[in-house]
This record gives sequence, structure tokens and C-alpha cells, in this order.
Amino acid sequence: MNKLISAFAIGSIFGLGIAISGMINPAKVLNFFDIAGSWDPSLLFVMGGGLATAFIGYRLVFSRQKAPVFEADFASPDKRNIDGQLIGGAAVFGIGWGIAGFCPGGAIPALGLLYPQTPIFLAAMIAGIIIARIIKARLPSTAPA
Amino acid sequence: MTEFTPFQSLFGGALIGLSAVLLMAFHGRVAGMTGILSGVIPPVPADWRWRAAFLAGAAVAPVLYLLAGGAIAFHVAVTTGALIFGGLLVGIGVNFGGGCPSGHGVCGIARLSPRSIVAVLTFMATAFATVYLVRHVIGA
Repeated sequence: MNKLISAFAIGSIFGLGIAISGMINPAKVLNFFDIAGSWDPSLLFVMGGGLATAFIGYRLVFSRQKAPVFEADFASPDKRNIDGQLIGGAAVFGIGWGIAGFCPGGAIPALGLLYPQTPIFLAAMIAGIIIARIIKARLPSTAPA
Repeated sequence: MTEFTPFQSLFGGALIGLSAVLLMAFHGRVAGMTGILSGVIPPVPADWRWRAAFLAGAAVAPVLYLLAGGAIAFHVAVTTGALIFGGLLVGIGVNFGGGCPSGHGVCGIARLSPRSIVAVLTFMATAFATVYLVRHVIGA
């Protein structure tokens, strides 16, 4: 139960950060990418604030804790090398992000604002994740994620 | 037009980073929204409950911020078709790419992961190119 309360609280800090930073607003995201037009450089500051905090914070955590509070080990997500799936996937994500203005981290906090566009985007995105899983399961060399 | 908000964006970004640090300190996990969200789409892994709790917190917090008197700008300027097509590409892309701006951009680069640095450079480049094409070539 403590674990769930903790995850809820940490998720709330994430959602608050997305809301205050402006990442929650698809128009702001698209304007960041529109250097030739209505450029809004705010997202550079979101990235800078997030990166600086995580860079210092991670080092403090890893130097002071042998293990996380609720788990036996720190998970390390580096399972694969830099390959075609990573680059192709990131390229396709960027195209979708540039078309819709939403990313996963922006859309979940936007859900609570109750605009009709958010669940439409999220439903399509979840369909995309399921499509990718099906494609991956048919690829001979990779295990389904 | 959207307003340039350097201080709010820096502060909000720091909160996103703080959330990533706390998730590592308490749960030992990377705060990538792609990974957390994928973990509640069936078939779900055994540890789906903390992921659902994180997602619920992320969705509720902006509402509490509004109720507390905060202001949140939100505007979608694209068509429903663009939301659906873009959403499909985002879903396929984050699955193959193994992450999105929160996972690769904040957590991955903070860990100096070469994979994340390559992913972020790639998706930033295609997003800039896509918006240029949509707004200044096709839409011009």
C-alpha cells in the first residue's frame, strides 16, 4: 500500500511539472518546433530544468543508497544497443509528435483537463503501441516487449 | 501564438526531474511515460499496480492545480484526423524507440545513456522537420 501511495505522489509531481512547464499544451509543443514561424523556446527550459535536476539527483541517489526503498535493485533499462529499431522508432515518434503535438508524458496529465482531443490521441497512441507489439512478435530476431 | 514562459517552464521541468529522481530512489525505476503506460496495456506485467498509481497521480495533479487557483493553457490546433494519425505514429514510434521525451530525454540523458542521446537527437530532428513541412510547405 505504501508503494502505491508513493507511486501516486511521485506521479502527481510529474503531472504538476508537466502542467506548470507548459508541456501539457500541444500548441506550445508545436510552437517550440516551429522555429521558422511562431517559435516558443519554452520547452528548452523544461528540458534544461528536468535534465539538471535528474542529472544531479540520480548521482545523489546512486551514491547514498544501495537499493531503492521499495525494491531489491535499481532497474537498468539498457537492454539493447543502438540499432535500427531505436533510430527508426525515434524517427517515427518525432513525426507523430510533430503532427499531433502530444507526447505520452504530456497526454496523461492532459487527460484530467477533460478536453475531448486528449482521449482521441491516447486511444490512437495505445492502438499504435499494440500494433508495434504485434509487428515485433512477428520479427524473428526480437522478443515481444 | 503561445507565451514564452522561461521561469515557469524551468520550474515545471525541475519538478519533472524531481519526480524522476524520487521514482529511482523509492521504486528503482526510470520515469519514462512510455514504459509506465505500456505496463498497464494488457497483457500487463506483475508490477502493473504502481504504474497505474503513478498514471493516476499524473492525471489528477493538474486538476488539483486548477482547483487551487492555478492557470493551465491548453489548445489543440490540429484536426481530429491529425490527432489519430499522429497518435498511431507516436505509439508505434515509442514502442520501437523504447521511450519518449520523459524516458529518453530526461532520465536517459541524465544517465548519459548513448541510446537515449541518439533517440532524442533523432526524434527532435524529425519533429522539427515535420512541423516545418506541415506549417511552411504543405500549409503555406
